[in-house]
Amino acid sequence: MSNPNNLKYAASHEWVKAEADGTVSVGISNHAQELLGDMVFVECPTVGRKLKAGEECAVVESVKAASDVYAPISGTVVAINPALDKTPEAINTDPYGAWMFKLKPDNAADINGLMDATAYQAHVDSEAH
Amino acid sequence: MTLKQTPLNAAHRAMGAKMVDFGGWDMPVNYGSQIDEHHQVRRDCGMFDVSHMRTVDIHGEGVRTFLRYLLANNVDKLQTSGKALYSCMLRPNAGVIDDLIVYFMREDWFRIVVNAGTADKDIAWMKEQAVTHAPQLKIVSRNELAMVAVQGPNAHVKVWQVLPQTKAATEALQIFQAADCGDYFVARTGYTGEEGFEIILPASKVEVFWNALHQAGVAPIGLGARDTLRLEAGMNLYGQDMDETINPLEAGLAWTVDLKSERDFIGKATLLANPPTRKMVGLVLLDRGVLRGHQQVHCAQGVGEITSGSFSPTLEKSIALARVPKEVQIGDTVQVAIRDKMLDAKVVKYPFARNGKILSL
Repeated sequence: MSNPNNLKYAASHEWVKAEADGTVSVGISNHAQELLGDMVFVECPTVGRKLKAGEECAVVESVKAASDVYAPISGTVVAINPALDKTPEAINTDPYGAWMFKLKPDNAADINGLMDATAYQAHVDSEAH
Repeated sequence: MTLKQTPLNAAHRAMGAKMVDFGGWDMPVNYGSQIDEHHQVRRDCGMFDVSHMRTVDIHGEGVRTFLRYLLANNVDKLQTSGKALYSCMLRPNAGVIDDLIVYFMREDWFRIVVNAGTADKDIAWMKEQAVTHAPQLKIVSRNELAMVAVQGPNAHVKVWQVLPQTKAATEALQIFQAADCGDYFVARTGYTGEEGFEIILPASKVEVFWNALHQAGVAPIGLGARDTLRLEAGMNLYGQDMDETINPLEAGLAWTVDLKSERDFIGKATLLANPPTRKMVGLVLLDRGVLRGHQQVHCAQGVGEITSGSFSPTLEKSIALARVPKEVQIGDTVQVAIRDKMLDAKVVKYPFARNGKILSL
């Protein structure tokens, strides 16, 4: 599965999608879900929580291990994906559809500081060596 | 450090395995979905490469007498050729050096299968004890042997399909009994809580055997599912549920320690002088989350610790083995510290699942 070109990526393997309403959706990359394996539990941040870029804000747990998810940019949590409660495996089957939470960015331009799909793939390849 | 490889390394890669460093061995953790592999074993059958485990043969006059002293369980329970016994091997302070399976083949030949990560230490300890107690014995590490476990309700049929020459000798095997069929040592044992065989064979023949099983429709299963299967089956994992700092009575293994007979064995005096203050119980998480090793368990009687925890694909809940104060009772509700939360878990008897069925909820 290739990394969609319309998304931005953090070095800690979150993807970010700029939505039409000015918010951003956040999920974890295909590479991240492949590393973690079968997802069984997702803990999202509470709506209203203010996050700083790089802050631990969610947890994904696979059968194998628990892994932290970090805020890719600073902002306020405005929504979480309720479907992941019942179907955490959506992160495995549709990593770029299974958003975890939406942020209202403190600074709309911050998203430009993240990697594009090509840069992110290079980052993944470099971590593998 | 270069990882050690089993003779099936290339076969795993060819089957799409994700390989991981497992105690210095390059082993398959899964071939796709760990949960699917787990269900495959409970519902049909699957095969595991366990060639990293070590077979040790002890030959000579008086093996039985030596093992009566070396092991915490009593090999005098083994009177029929091929019968096997699960036992711990203890230090004098009763810490567990390893858990193992010992097979009685003949009075001058017992076979022991030990864990991969502890094999060298185990053999050194056996040899050290033999110097003073049984110098006539030959303790032989069979590094040239491989091992494949075929587990699940259809495991026997599949093995007989691939190795028809072993059928006559293995059809009537009892649970925990093995038959020596030439190149194939076939034991009705396993680490999943399902029916099945563990087959020890020459490394030179294992790839052909593995591929023949695959042709017969047996799916390869990685170490990930092996761990959730054994956890549901309530089987300890060395290094996680017990090690040299824990005695078997506090690791849920009292049933494997023979303290009744007059026989002396290494560790016995310490066990008799120190009644256990903790015990192993099962936990089922009532709240949402996943139990993991090393999480603290807060009980009315004190604090315990999870030794193994995961998501159980069969129960579709999180389960764990935990070492808690001995006064904790089955049915109690305890609190497990997970990150910044205290979550409720119920104390249950284990195993959680066996032979495809849920036992604890």
